[in-house]
Order: sequence, then structure tokens, then C-alpha cells
Amino acid sequence: MNQNLYHYILTIADTNLILGQRLGELCGHGPSLETDIALTNISLDLIGQTRSYFQYAASLFDEEKTEDDIAFLRKEREYRNVLLVEQPNTHFGYVMARQFLFDVFHLMFLRELEISKDETLAAIAKKGIKEASYHRRFSSDWIKRLGDGTEESHTKIQEAVNNLWRYTNELFQMTEADVAMVTEGVGVDLEALKEPYYEAVSEVLKEATLEVPERKYFQKGGKEGIHTEHMGYLLSDLQYMQRAFPDMKW
Amino acid sequence: MSDKKKNWPLWEVFVRSKNGLEHRHFGSLHAADAEMALENARDVYTRRNEGVSIWVVESKHITASNPSDNGELFEPAQDKVYRHPTFYDLPDEVKHM
Repeated sequence: MNQNLYHYILTIADTNLILGQRLGELCGHGPSLETDIALTNISLDLIGQTRSYFQYAASLFDEEKTEDDIAFLRKEREYRNVLLVEQPNTHFGYVMARQFLFDVFHLMFLRELEISKDETLAAIAKKGIKEASYHRRFSSDWIKRLGDGTEESHTKIQEAVNNLWRYTNELFQMTEADVAMVTEGVGVDLEALKEPYYEAVSEVLKEATLEVPERKYFQKGGKEGIHTEHMGYLLSDLQYMQRAFPDMKW
Repeated sequence: MSDKKKNWPLWEVFVRSKNGLEHRHFGSLHAADAEMALENARDVYTRRNEGVSIWVVESKHITASNPSDNGELFEPAQDKVYRHPTFYDLPDEVKHM
């Protein structure tokens, strides 16, 4: 099995899966009926994309494996999502800041993955671009609304952006798998996305009358399976059914 | 939600389900402004592939007839059957009428 390709797919897919799970937690708890449905839609878009990635990842194994095995039956250290997406839904500002900081990256990333030499990944990316474009529009609008809203919304969204900022740099961290996949023309050169990303993010933040945090100190580890303390709780929710009723089917 | 001043205004949503058809009233929702209303309408009313175009209009801009006026508004038309174009024979060659 191509271990690098497998790990490469996992990093992309796990990030989608975990963010989808986080947003799914808000189902029935959104601040209004409309935002509740919107966030759940985004969650389902991300989980839908995750399924395509995991089906592809499962096909790489010699033995029989399913997308569910990959989604539900790994241990915490085997998940390769970035730390940003596992951060909790502290308040609506965090939900939107996390979403925005991810969406800007996600859309840029998919546009590059679309021209990958790997036809399956290119096809998944192509399909995901439309969804990611809407996500980016939705979360950017909210950043502007909250930033340029009331004094309270401004303070809260600024706090969320400041606190989540430390997880942004990890989006561009090149793992061994990334380097190998870029060499083969399959993967996306993340380093090249970094400057355009911070420019795009800063543009929206400024429009939202928010301050762009100064970059000093960043967290990383997710891509190597070293997660923040929130991850275990998230996984115990995510994996509950498969752990309680192994091999269950709907 | 108890403080009415804090509620977003109500919007009416019209969706065209196919090119060539007209926009039809689908329902209403709350949103802070027109752009948010459009996004909310997209998420609430078109997530099952119902539409190709959305209109939103703030409900307060719709002037509605008063149900208590129904007598004077609509009843006079009830006995004027001659206003329906049904009093002449169509030639067989004319189809789809």
C-alpha cells in the first residue's frame, strides 16, 4: 500500500470529518432556526466529502476495509486533522471564526487539488469546490457582520479570532506525506498557499473592522496525531455507536 | 427571544423551481438584512434541490388584502361566469387549450 498517499488522504479527510462533527454538535442548538440549518448543511457537505476521501483510502488496502472502519475505528493518535477544527464551539463567534479560518484555506486547497495528477482526488476536489465556495461566502459574511456589528459582537469575534489564530499556521505545515505527494504531482504545495491565505484572511478581517492578530507563536501537532485535550471527548461522541455496538449497521 | 426589538425582521421567500416557471411563495424566515435572508433562504428552502432562483422581500413591504373585505373584493366576481372564455366552441385543430 502507498503509505504516503494513505496518510495524505487522511489529513485532508480527517480535517473535514472532525469539523463536520463539531458543526453537527450544533444541530438543534444553533442560535436561530436559520443558522442551525445552515451550519448543519455545512456539516453534511464536509462529511459527504469525507466519505469520498475515505472510500478512496479504503480502496488502497489489500484486505477488505470500509469507509466506516477508517472513520470510526482508529485511535486518537491515528487521526491527522489539524488542531483548528477540533477546537470546541465555545460560542457562536468561535464557530464562525473557526469556520472562516478553515474555509479560506479549504477553497484555496481544493482549487489546487483539482489539478492533481491523481484523478480520484482531482474529481473529489472538483465536486467540493462549489460547496467550499459557499462555505467561505457564508462564514466571511458572518465575520463582517459580527465584527462590524455591536460592541459585544465585535469584542467576541475578535477574541475568537485571536484565540484560534495560533492554529492557522499548521494548515501549511508539510508532513512527510505532503512532501512525497507534492513530488509525485499528486499533492498540493501548502507553503505556496500561505501568503495568499493570510492576505485573503486579513482582507476580510479589515473589512470587518477587526484587527489582524500578530503572528508570534503557533501550535501544531494534529497532522502527526498529537491533538489538543478536546479531541478525546469529540471522538468518544463520534465513535460511541461503533464502540458500543461493533459492526452495527443502520 | 423575549425582547421583540432584538428579533431579526421577517422575510418572505419566493423560489423558482425550474427555468421557465414562475417564482412561487415558499415560506418565510428571519434575517438581519437582504443578503442574510438570501443565504438563509438557500439553506432553509433549497437544500433538497428545490430551486434555481430565489427572491426575498421583507414581509413589511407586502401589502395584503384584509380578510374582512373579502365580501366586497371577491364575491361580486362569483356570479359573472361570462368572464370565463368558455362560451364558444374551439375548432378541433386547436390543441392544448
